[in-house]
Amino acid sequence: MMPRRARKILRRAAFCLLLCLMALVTILPFLWMISSSVKSSETIRTIPIRWVPENPSLEGYQRVFNMQGFSFGRATFNSLLLSILSTLVQVVSACMAAFAFVKIPFKGSGKVFGVYLATMMIPGTVTMVPNYVILRVLGLLDSFTGLILPSLANTFGVFLMRQAILTFNDSYLESAFLDGASLYRVFFVIVMPMVMPTLATMVLLAFMGSWNSYLWPLIVLTSTDKQTLQVVLGNMNSLYKNNEHVLMAGAVLTILPVLAVYLLSQRKVDSGIALGGLK
Amino acid sequence: MYLPKSADRRRAMAVFLAPSFIGLILFCLLPIVTSLVYSLMDYDLLAGSMKFIGFRNYSRILTGKEFLQVLGHTLTYLGLYLPFILVLSLAQGMVLNQTFRGRGVFRAIFYTPVITSWVAAAVVWTWVLSGKYGLLNQMLAPLGITGPAWLSSKFWAMPGVVIAALWKDTGYYSLMVLAALKSIDPSYYEAASIDGASDGRKFLSITLPLISPTLFLLLVINVIYGFQVFESVLIMTDGGPGGATSVFLERIFKYAFKQYKMGMASAYSWILFVIIFAFTLIQFWMQKKWVNYDA
Repeated sequence: MMPRRARKILRRAAFCLLLCLMALVTILPFLWMISSSVKSSETIRTIPIRWVPENPSLEGYQRVFNMQGFSFGRATFNSLLLSILSTLVQVVSACMAAFAFVKIPFKGSGKVFGVYLATMMIPGTVTMVPNYVILRVLGLLDSFTGLILPSLANTFGVFLMRQAILTFNDSYLESAFLDGASLYRVFFVIVMPMVMPTLATMVLLAFMGSWNSYLWPLIVLTSTDKQTLQVVLGNMNSLYKNNEHVLMAGAVLTILPVLAVYLLSQRKVDSGIALGGLK
Repeated sequence: MYLPKSADRRRAMAVFLAPSFIGLILFCLLPIVTSLVYSLMDYDLLAGSMKFIGFRNYSRILTGKEFLQVLGHTLTYLGLYLPFILVLSLAQGMVLNQTFRGRGVFRAIFYTPVITSWVAAAVVWTWVLSGKYGLLNQMLAPLGITGPAWLSSKFWAMPGVVIAALWKDTGYYSLMVLAALKSIDPSYYEAASIDGASDGRKFLSITLPLISPTLFLLLVINVIYGFQVFESVLIMTDGGPGGATSVFLERIFKYAFKQYKMGMASAYSWILFVIIFAFTLIQFWMQKKWVNYDA
């Protein structure tokens, strides 16, 4: 039998090894991506791996911004604009609905909320085809409006905001009404600021979700000047098969914005996961 | 709550509920109905023709050779993915449950693949899994293993996709495990220590039973998502090579948006829905045997 102290040290060492191994496996593909992105067509394929290239080159990044057929800069702008607009639509519509459910209850509101919950169980696959047809009928295919419109129905957001609004006290609202404030004023001036913590979490989740979304933009936006970053990067994967440095440069640029947002707000995102329990 | 007049109240309720509810009707409820209708139609979007054909779309899919292959591929994906994702997220959750310096940094590292888009992840993993110069095979080489050209091999393409998915998803599910571990009352472990229980014993008799509801949830969610695996497959293999990785959503996507057979695509998604529903029911039925809700 080993002495207790020795056993403790051994266990600690095994734990550190496991931890570092997990972190390494997670991070290696990212390092490989960054390392590959600053290589050139000549140095991209080497055995053994050269993690720090001898002559770092920005060829990959230059080619990303000078592609034939589609513009990476334009796609970045589109993604940013669409993510902001879609986040705004999701947050405002969810907040308003949640407020109505909690503070202006009406006959049958419980049933309506039940419908909201039930639709969370229907997989996106089922609604994808009809939604496409609906946009076609409305003449909104290949338009930003058409892309964003379905985010009005963010049932998860309604659920999240409802939980937040449930917790706060009516007396604030009542005193505001007695001072003659309208319901709309109360909503924007009192309710929205008071649910800020949950709101911030929802903004982050919604932003990252729409920045990363692929399938819906892929089918709705067809003209090249409207495509989003993810769609352009997806197309590049088949077009630049043997120019991995270009692809990796594209991947770096696609990941960076959302990584920055995440690192600046790690705690909020984590608490969102705890709140949601689901994606 | 104090509110001026009931007329104002009704109007305000309508205004506040409208954006979300109209969205829900137009893009959630109506589509469920129309999707059912389409699935009974021979509906070619490009030609604009729509003809009622009863359940023929369903019978065509269910009796075709393709369906069994697609089901097989999806089950292969699930069979490879599920055991590993459960073990890995359990292990990572337990690691994160320890106290050590720099835990926040490690948490951020583990979560980075989760916030990465599937497109970017798939682009990176296509290169990681590439035959001779890829990262994975170069890592395997010193161990004396000559790795396959993962994504262009009929046999290894699906395992390749699974490896990428495990890398991307573990950080998400380990946080769920971590939350469950944190909710275990430490006095259980203290009592077990006094009784002289070993670490292995504590894990099997305390940890596992107490987090079994979370493991169950993890299993249910992963089966639901696994049946709908799509973006990884579309970008990494496009269902290939030679159809070896064609899965449900990839088929539905291609029927709908490459061939514009909306009826076939709708029928396919309802079949998928029924399969997912059945698997979820079976799991709920089996949970009595292993999930512990007593604590």
